[in-house]
Amino acid sequence: MKQLKPVTTISGMMKATTFGLTVASGMILSGCESEPEGISPQQFTDALHKVMESDRAVYTKQVVNRLAKDEKVIKASEHFMDEKALPLPAQMFRFGAEMVASKTDEFSYSLQSLWPINKQNAPVTEVEKTGLKFISDNPGENYYSEEELGGQKYFTAVYPDIAVAPVCASCHNEHKDTPRSDFKVGDVMGGVVIRVPLGS
Amino acid sequence: MKWLSWGGVSILLSVFWGWSLFAKDQNARYLIGETTDGHHQIELACNSCHVAPFGGVELIQEACTSCHGAELALAEDSHPKSKFTDPRNAARVDLLDARYCATCHIEHRKDETHAMGVTLPEDFCFYCHEDIAEERPTHENVPFTDCLNSGCHNYHDNKALYEDFLVKHADQPALGVNPHQPARNLLEQVIAEQGFVEPMTQAGADHPASLDVSSAILDDWLQTAHAQAGISCQGCHQGKDADDWVEKPGLSACQTCHQMEAETFMQGKHGMRLAVSDELPLSPMTPAMGRLPFKLESIDTELSCTTCHGAHRFDAQKAAVESCLGCHNDEHSLNYQASPHALLHELEVAGQGNPGTGVTCATCHMPRLEGARLQRSKPEGSELEAKAVQVMHNQNDNLRPNEKMIRSVCMDCHGFPFVLDALADPELIRSNFNGQPSVHVKSIEWATER
Repeated sequence: MKQLKPVTTISGMMKATTFGLTVASGMILSGCESEPEGISPQQFTDALHKVMESDRAVYTKQVVNRLAKDEKVIKASEHFMDEKALPLPAQMFRFGAEMVASKTDEFSYSLQSLWPINKQNAPVTEVEKTGLKFISDNPGENYYSEEELGGQKYFTAVYPDIAVAPVCASCHNEHKDTPRSDFKVGDVMGGVVIRVPLGS
Repeated sequence: MKWLSWGGVSILLSVFWGWSLFAKDQNARYLIGETTDGHHQIELACNSCHVAPFGGVELIQEACTSCHGAELALAEDSHPKSKFTDPRNAARVDLLDARYCATCHIEHRKDETHAMGVTLPEDFCFYCHEDIAEERPTHENVPFTDCLNSGCHNYHDNKALYEDFLVKHADQPALGVNPHQPARNLLEQVIAEQGFVEPMTQAGADHPASLDVSSAILDDWLQTAHAQAGISCQGCHQGKDADDWVEKPGLSACQTCHQMEAETFMQGKHGMRLAVSDELPLSPMTPAMGRLPFKLESIDTELSCTTCHGAHRFDAQKAAVESCLGCHNDEHSLNYQASPHALLHELEVAGQGNPGTGVTCATCHMPRLEGARLQRSKPEGSELEAKAVQVMHNQNDNLRPNEKMIRSVCMDCHGFPFVLDALADPELIRSNFNGQPSVHVKSIEWATER
């Protein structure tokens, strides 16, 4: 993929760090020092994704899978308030994305799938459709592209979202709204889509 | 001469309209259309919504959320702004810009306003959910004008309508095993936290010696929680200085201790005029300003705390029925006295019913809620406030859509399927629930059959 013109400024990067993405900010700032012209959108989204992927895996394995599936001390439920349960890993991810969206428009992200339980999480744009198909057909690879939405051009990156714990596969396979019920640990179940607005 | 006349008239008109613009008591001239039922009480306090002269939609949005944001958060809003700010939904936003309240709720267009203050065509769900029948075959022939029917869906608050909730409560009988509303417990909570307070006697009334206070007033006071909690006459009547005696203490005096009650009172139609804090203070609400049928004898009654509670006795029973029916004159209100709910109330008052089994106007419209469920500007209040069961004084909080009443009120006594049908039956509501539901909502069957 060609190196995109850097559009995200250092001040923008500094704002991004305020979201607790300390790992990402560290990478970004060190990248800035070695490349005076700045970092590429892909470096930015790759760094963000590493934080997201790691936090998501920790919550899924160390909290939900351990407490809900292995030790059975608490349930995880979509209706966690009513059920006094743990939020589902997908909800945890979405709540974070919504909180970020309320703080900045310098990037946005969401979790999507070709086999979504909630149909609103199916791919909508052409890049999302192509990207989710690509990461599913090419395990281990990411997909990068550009698209224009609502008159704004975006750098869009799609990263595979993998079943990191047994609870990922079992919950999705057993849910009454799932369009697919043969997931197993290690499968690509969906994708994380990160967008960065490009230039003015 | 002709030009001179035109010039003179123009100058006079400019002066007149300019004066109207800056003389805030002349604001009515600038109303661009009749306001909705929800806002007409404060329509002359333009700054409540138009917070700045050249603000645009973002500032209007701020005004909306400053009053309604906490309510939407408590309702776990099904369509929050964050759903529509994601660039992937840009195509949807082009169709319907749901990032802003004013897209669906345009003010000053009374003739185009439907239920819930919505100014869009009633089938607006179609914009995003056109293909819903592919996921839900039961919805195949349901017109999009029916999506928001009672017992089906709401745009914002679906806490009693989401599919798993329908399934979980599908088999409940019409009446629960131990139907009752929760007991208020603020005094007990205060005693638990601060220790026992010695109830006052007549000797502790502490009113100015020059004042001739009747024994009836003193008796009334002695019977209240005020006297039990150690609140003397001065507790309410004292002004800024120790020597000041306020003849008729108003909302501000009550608010000193009853912050939650005052705050929620000013969120509803009874008190919202008093919440307006710009340089044009509004007079208290009166039935004459309302748009419902009211009794002529109370048409000019100004609404404050003592209007409903009465001074000195602060009779909660009076405030729960008698005060309401002193003004409200619609069929639902007039049919209360002959309703099964009223009979239960009479039995409880007569000592023949268990505590909490009576159902008053306030039971449903001003429910007793745990502090954490009350819509407060500071939901992070103390632990005591969060646990205390207090009366929600915003009687509009659970009124519309009426499914908001299901969890906060109806299910204290009734099973969910009965409630869903009852609230969808306008005739049953008109008769004040005197009978059985004559309509049936299919939501529960549709959910359990999946």
